Amino acid sequence: MSIKLEHITYTYSPGTVYEMHALKDVDMEIPDGQFMGIIGHTGSGKSTLIQHFNGLMKPTSGKVLYNGQDIWAEKYDRQKLRSKVGLVFQYPEHQLFEAEVLEDVCFGPKNLGLSKEEAEERAVRALTQAGLSEKFYKSSPFELSGGQKRRAAIAGVLAMEPEVLILDEPTAGLDPQGRDEILDQIASLHSLRGITVILVSHSMEDIAKYVERMIVMNKGEKAFDGVPREVFSHYKELEAMGLAAPQITYIMHALGERGLHVDTSATTVEEAKASILQALERLDK
Amino acid sequence: MGIVKAIKLVHDYYKYDESGHVEGTYRALDNVELDIEAGQFIAVLGHNGSGKSTLAKHINALLFPTEGALWLDGMNTTEEEDIWKIRQKAGMVFQNPDNQIIGTVVEEDVGFGPENMGIPTDDIWQRVNESLEAVGMTAYRHHSPNKLSGGQKQRVAIAGVMAMHPKCIILDEPTAMLDPNGRKEVLRAVKELNEKEGITVVLITHYMEEVVNADKVFVMDQGKVVMQGTPREVFSRVEELKSYRLDVPQVTLLAYELKQAGVKIPAGILTTEELVNALCQ
Amino acid sequence: MIRDITIGQYYPADSILHRLDPRVKFVGTIMFLVSLFVANSFWGYLLATVFLAAVIIMSKVPVKFMLKGLKPLFFILLITVAFNLFLIPGKVLWQFWIFKITQEGILQAVKIGIRLIYLVIGSSVMTLTTTPNQLTDGLERLMRPLNKIRVPVHDIAMMMSIALRFIPILMEETDKIMKAQIARGADFENGNLIQKAKNLLPLLVPLFISAFRRADDLAMAMEARCYHGGENRTSMKPLKYHSRDTSAYLCIFLYLAADIAIRVLI
Repeated sequence: MSIKLEHITYTYSPGTVYEMHALKDVDMEIPDGQFMGIIGHTGSGKSTLIQHFNGLMKPTSGKVLYNGQDIWAEKYDRQKLRSKVGLVFQYPEHQLFEAEVLEDVCFGPKNLGLSKEEAEERAVRALTQAGLSEKFYKSSPFELSGGQKRRAAIAGVLAMEPEVLILDEPTAGLDPQGRDEILDQIASLHSLRGITVILVSHSMEDIAKYVERMIVMNKGEKAFDGVPREVFSHYKELEAMGLAAPQITYIMHALGERGLHVDTSATTVEEAKASILQALERLDK
Repeated sequence: MGIVKAIKLVHDYYKYDESGHVEGTYRALDNVELDIEAGQFIAVLGHNGSGKSTLAKHINALLFPTEGALWLDGMNTTEEEDIWKIRQKAGMVFQNPDNQIIGTVVEEDVGFGPENMGIPTDDIWQRVNESLEAVGMTAYRHHSPNKLSGGQKQRVAIAGVMAMHPKCIILDEPTAMLDPNGRKEVLRAVKELNEKEGITVVLITHYMEEVVNADKVFVMDQGKVVMQGTPREVFSRVEELKSYRLDVPQVTLLAYELKQAGVKIPAGILTTEELVNALCQ
Repeated sequence: MIRDITIGQYYPADSILHRLDPRVKFVGTIMFLVSLFVANSFWGYLLATVFLAAVIIMSKVPVKFMLKGLKPLFFILLITVAFNLFLIPGKVLWQFWIFKITQEGILQAVKIGIRLIYLVIGSSVMTLTTTPNQLTDGLERLMRPLNKIRVPVHDIAMMMSIALRFIPILMEETDKIMKAQIARGADFENGNLIQKAKNLLPLLVPLFISAFRRADDLAMAMEARCYHGGENRTSMKPLKYHSRDTSAYLCIFLYLAADIAIRVLI
């Protein structure tokens, strides 16, 4: 059970003056149950990439395999694939349309052909998992706050009970606490349901804190692929791509250069704190 | 009196029922006191719904106080005959770059404000040229705004405000919809305007890294100004900020955590350099 | 898809046509459209072809870009041509069941086809070489006399120019919403007409809500930049006729005169 991309290339308007290679020969495999992050600046190809995972975009060349099957094979049911590989886009405003939240979340399951009762049952479960309290079920989705809208949108995809959940910048426009709450919710979803989670983000700090594997996209190519602390050790190359490592990485490297024996691969505040305290202790002795 | 001064500023939003009667009120601003000196770089922090956007719209006379008053450069915003002067002197940049660009060509958009003010044609051109130069967008003057990146669009929006020759510019979460590069681009442009042209800047945001260089920071919560001071003063109160749904830059948080653990470093560290110097004396 | 529509899209280039006063281009386009209906003979069409070709070359806009504007109208074109081809009575050349193709029919179909194509290309030459702002400025000036009978000419012009700016943005947004709903299993392609219309709801509701929000934001942004209608407003690019505009007017009138002369004389 996995998503596998083999030599994926995607070209916009091929053969015209506007020709643009959004993806160039991208290979990757995402095993079941992984919490993965994708990072890259605007135009790096990350949005194009995630739309290949659920068959919203067809590669110009290359193969997309889901559980070993080619999703662009003639008889493959891509509608079903989209319920298995759920994609939540950046703006919840782009998907919320019903008069009531609960009804809106039912849209996905209903499209799968489920009865009203089954759909509602799933919707309630999804809303609980997305952390939206029952008192909002009958509210209009348009009157919710930014964070609540985001939860309703995530529930709308969760209700299809996907095996893979892709989130495109789920924290854009949220305030710091709203951001932490949504990310914590996603992390608990991952551990609770054991589904694969693919998180697209601009924030290196968030990626460092949550994911077990990260992919850096640059100019349509996979630039780095590994555990965050390993990828962040290439912080100078990341900078050349217009990205940056978390602030912690810079602090640790600067301390290292000044002769303090700290772990330069620390990426979160907790790791950094532990490492600095240890180093200072050693210094005192 | 400073360039922006508010006394006991209150703003209530009314909620109407279907027949048009007032059903309830929501207090977005609650006795806000503000005094901003000309030429300063001011940051207003607060979570979503804390009232910071409502405050911004008062400075530009897009909203009017329910109680109390606000003066811009000595003009009371409720004086109807001054309204266009106020809007000219206090330029406003909004969050969504697409929804504030009116022109279909960059330079025409920058000229929109001066056209409305009735500036003679030759002067409009001069203002447009200067403003585009100030934000570094001269090379894109003939482009369609739709083809620009988010950061570039926001710089065009800033140029559009600059061309009105304001004394003060208010930016309402100008970077919330941008990627990190766009964010840096916009902040650099804003900082330069403040330093080179001496324009008062009021930056409304919830990104903590953006306010490190501000002269003064106001923190809002539930319509009230709950904290104010230099970034160093405000950021040294980590727990308090967290209680207002905000956080501090990673370096400040790390320094705070180390200090809590007994390491002897000063409070309110704002930059990597400061922390490194404090640890490696 | 919908993005292919080139109408209302400006193509930046440095050409004599780009520099012409929008009023000239507007009047010229109308004249050209009139000329298409005046032309009725081979020579008339030849003249129109030469004129259009010359204008296209002068505009420095790639021909491919102009032809792209025809794509969305292809279907209408096909139907119109087919109607004329089969329904005009006359000397029968070929018959199958109730379908007859007549000599007159072919002639008429070719004429209508050419007229339609030229019509679209002719007007897209104007929109491709004139920024929407200039276009609305031009219209505003040409229609100014209507102000006297209380037509809010400035407001109409402003609305048009804003609509033109937001068309591409809303197109892109439509695309995004469609994708977000398809990801939730929405189906925009199958089903009968009623089902199809119903299936559009998940697309139209978010689109309308977003459009209203944008309108709201924009109104606020315009007010913040001191917009208060057309009164006491100056212009960054005021319309002034230059000698090239006079020459252009002259060319257009000569062309139309020649067109009429051909119609009358031949």
